[in-house]
Amino acid sequence: MKTMLKLLFISVVSILLSLQALAQTPDAEIEQRAHKIGAALRCVVCQNQSIDESNAPLAADMRLMVRDRIRAGDSNAEVIGFMRERYGDFVLLKPPLQANTILLWFLPFAGLVLLFVWYIWRAKHKRKPMANIPLSENELAELEKLKKTQVRKKQGEQS
Amino acid sequence: MKFTLKGLVPLFIFLALSIAFGFGLTKDPRKLPSQLIDRPFPEFLLPDLMDEENTLDNSYLQGQVTLVNIFGSWCVACDQEHPMLMKLSREGDIAILGVDWRDTREDGLRWLARGGNPYGRVVFDEHSKLAIDLGVTGAPESFLVDKKGQIRYKYIGPITQSVWDETLKPLAMRLEIEP
Repeated sequence: MKTMLKLLFISVVSILLSLQALAQTPDAEIEQRAHKIGAALRCVVCQNQSIDESNAPLAADMRLMVRDRIRAGDSNAEVIGFMRERYGDFVLLKPPLQANTILLWFLPFAGLVLLFVWYIWRAKHKRKPMANIPLSENELAELEKLKKTQVRKKQGEQS
Repeated sequence: MKFTLKGLVPLFIFLALSIAFGFGLTKDPRKLPSQLIDRPFPEFLLPDLMDEENTLDNSYLQGQVTLVNIFGSWCVACDQEHPMLMKLSREGDIAILGVDWRDTREDGLRWLARGGNPYGRVVFDEHSKLAIDLGVTGAPESFLVDKKGQIRYKYIGPITQSVWDETLKPLAMRLEIEP
């Protein structure tokens, strides 16, 4: 009984402690989440850098803003939504799947399927090698004539 | 030589790609219309550049058509735009609110002292608070705000005479008539 009470006490205390920790997001977690969010947001004044890797002053201010939002209790998705509300889809480094990006997402797969279909079709319709038809009489005569002229030419060259 | 449609396939692919890329090139993702068109101007409470003790908030935008202009003493294109803003200020057609963005108070004041101050009021946005809320990517950028304090138009880049005459002025006049 005594051990049970002890266990109960420990678990209650630990839950309370963790609740407190949850209530005020610790700095380490803020940093970690800010880096993760920052890596997903485009620095709007740079060439294809995230705000996390950019040295631009605006990116620095956006990083601070991300931390402010996290401290204010926003979830990661809410912070990204906050930036998207202001800068539009352009601020997202990974394009979202929506009506105007369907081509972007599925064209490569469609291309792959088409290529496969074409490959199968081609294999099925491959031309068969020509049958071994013997030469006709005319053709044989022609051949003989050619051979003779060839021989005569060679003799002419030697003499 | 036999003429087949099959031989033209690469040409068709080339043409289709050319058209697709051609359309793609005319669309600059940076120049997407602001997310904030027809939305209320973001809440702000910023110090006055001229007077540290004083602050300015959204109430400034109520009841008048305002041109909000983001600038900074570090911004080269703003130098280019400045004479045009001075001219607008002299003509007095529209109230202009300046947002001195990512600047130092000293530099901002010096910049205005040198070329003249075209702004009715200037707020000091040292840490991009308002700039990020406005989705600003560079200076100069300008917003037309209607009498109810709603953003109606965003213009990226320096305002020139032709931009004013052809785009901003007609819109500002229309907003002026609105209740």
